[in-house]
Amino acid sequence: MNALPRADALGLIGCHVCGQVCRAAGDEEGDGVQSCPRCGSTLHRRKPAAYARTWALLIAAFLMYIPANVLPIMRTASLGDIDDNTILSGVVELWVKGSPGLAVIVFCASIMVPMLKFLALGTLLISCRRGSGWARRQRAKLYRLVELIGYWSMLDVFVVALLTALVRFGYFSLVEPLPGVVYFGLTVVLTMFASMCFDPRLIWDGKEDSDD
Amino acid sequence: MEASSRDIAAAAATPALLICEQCDTVHSRRPLAKGEVAECARCGAVLERCRGMSTDATLALVLTALVVFAQATLWPIVTLGLNGQYVAATLWDMIRLMWFDHSQVVAVLAAATLFVFPLAKTLILGWLLLYARSGRRAPGFRTLMVGLHHLGPWTMSEVFVLGALVSIVKAHLYFDVIPDPGIYAYAALMLLITLFAGMDLTRLWDETREENVEAAP
Ligand SMILES: [Zn+2]
Ligand SMILES: [Zn+2]
Repeated sequence: MNALPRADALGLIGCHVCGQVCRAAGDEEGDGVQSCPRCGSTLHRRKPAAYARTWALLIAAFLMYIPANVLPIMRTASLGDIDDNTILSGVVELWVKGSPGLAVIVFCASIMVPMLKFLALGTLLISCRRGSGWARRQRAKLYRLVELIGYWSMLDVFVVALLTALVRFGYFSLVEPLPGVVYFGLTVVLTMFASMCFDPRLIWDGKEDSDD
Repeated sequence: MEASSRDIAAAAATPALLICEQCDTVHSRRPLAKGEVAECARCGAVLERCRGMSTDATLALVLTALVVFAQATLWPIVTLGLNGQYVAATLWDMIRLMWFDHSQVVAVLAAATLFVFPLAKTLILGWLLLYARSGRRAPGFRTLMVGLHHLGPWTMSEVFVLGALVSIVKAHLYFDVIPDPGIYAYAALMLLITLFAGMDLTRLWDETREENVEAAP
């Protein structure tokens, strides 16, 4: 027996919601649904259809991400001078007009984090499907990073919302949200669902010997 | 003393095994010292942490968060000035304007992640801890614990604080900006939320006991 036994091999299942250690129902029960005796949540040896669901949500998120970047997210009007901002032009404006530090933060939250999520989840999906033993610990860490920082992408959505609420001086000055911000909000929500549907335990399935 | 017998009962109820939810490795549980964190030997994920904060202290923190939360939501966040004209905005102005400005999706997202979910999370936590002080399970314990788990990643007050900061800097390019008390309340809320984000909720399952609700006085 391995020094680090896995629950699956021992016929155990850990409840994801409450942490209870449960005995897995026998094979004869087939696909019968088993629920946690402590909290009542459905128990899964692995999250159901993790690959299909994560891919579907990730692709949907990517399709939303294109208009989110191409379409303007916000219109600023002052004295009849109308200016449509995209995510990138908002970052550039911050950089040029005196807050490079904040510009870097917004760039990370709005552009780097979503890109990292697409690349990281894509890499995880492909490498796990192939049962790869490559850099397992690093990939596990990558997944936790995605889970940890994912929701910070909502930053730009809140900025547009707050500026809209603040800048309303009649005809003189006005900020309006444009469709890009809706697509961006949807991108963030869909990528969050995608990372939730992925099962990090899959990283450690497959060939045991190729690592360490 | 009563407290020590309760601790023994809680220790006896603590299961001996722990399964890493990130990699499915089975670990035998060992008692943790204050501030200690148990990490998975296979994948490095945090298995369990001992914050060393008593239930009473946590409850006090949650009640404080509730007061600060009310202030953050009701008070204006920032005031803008242009040629002697002033506009102040609260969280609700923001949500209302997004709804009427053809961005209903954003309005719903903001209302959920900045108001409904954080409020629900704080109220549920307060309710559960109120009973957990005496080792009991609050009415609806099971459902609420499961609900709390699912609410986990969907509260975004800390992102909003940063968003407000970015908005202030952007608006400052064209307008007079006056930060209002709401933004300070939000900053305080961010600190409080960080404090209980590190909390290991699953311990409530071990530390409280089922009791007959009808039999309760
Ligand atoms: Zn459970
Ligand atoms: Zn692990």
